[in-house]
Amino acid sequence: MNEPLPRNDGSEEIVDLRIPCKAEWVALARLSVAAVASRLNFSIDEIEDIKLAVAEACTNAIQHAHGSPFIEIKCEGLQDGLRISVRDHGRGTHPEHIRSRELNDERVGGLGVFLIRSLMDDVDYDVRPDQGTLLVMVKRLTV
Amino acid sequence: MERGTLDIKVNVREAQADCYIVELSGEIDVYTSPKVKDAIGDLIDRGVYNLVIDLEKVRYIDSTGLGVLIGGLKRVREHGGSVNLVCTNPQIRKIFDITGLVKIFGIFESEDAAMKALV
Repeated sequence: MNEPLPRNDGSEEIVDLRIPCKAEWVALARLSVAAVASRLNFSIDEIEDIKLAVAEACTNAIQHAHGSPFIEIKCEGLQDGLRISVRDHGRGTHPEHIRSRELNDERVGGLGVFLIRSLMDDVDYDVRPDQGTLLVMVKRLTV
Repeated sequence: MERGTLDIKVNVREAQADCYIVELSGEIDVYTSPKVKDAIGDLIDRGVYNLVIDLEKVRYIDSTGLGVLIGGLKRVREHGGSVNLVCTNPQIRKIFDITGLVKIFGIFESEDAAMKALV
């Protein structure tokens, strides 16, 4: 098991990643964040959850953030978990357009947001027209 | 310039009359899912409406991959067909569980079982 990172004030446990807003780079984002989660001693199942949530956030940016040249992913180690911020700089997708999927609804859209909300403990969007979308999500360590 | 290769392999084979197996290997995400969509779409375009999609060698799937499977299911259902899945990977099963897709796909532990359930 890895030695946990020091988590006194959180200031030293930030990992920043910037990838082109293109599909072929999503794998790098999810694998990088998985490495951070592993360093923070999340379980294998939790790491898989985090990988998927980050990939879904990046996929949303690629599919909806028209005009964003890149995606910024910030990982912050917390006392009790991991906070991940995913920001794009596209035209922005209004929250009403990012709807969770209803069970038994076989439509294709909305699955990504539904998965993010299901797999992470806290999820928050900040969408500003012409300034892009910021998605902040937290996964807490299980005791 | 081509950089790297798609990390998904698609193997299509006829199992019995009017029924094909689509065996997928690798990771299905926003980058690789178009290849899976094309393979399934080609079969449906040829009039194959009963499919077993084998996910046993799939290490990862996201919503775009699920969307491809849902899209394929919708298309074959229009012709009275069906799609059954083979999946025993707990992490991938979990994704089908939490999205509720276990209710619309038949999910089996072997190709034989998935095939028998189709006919």
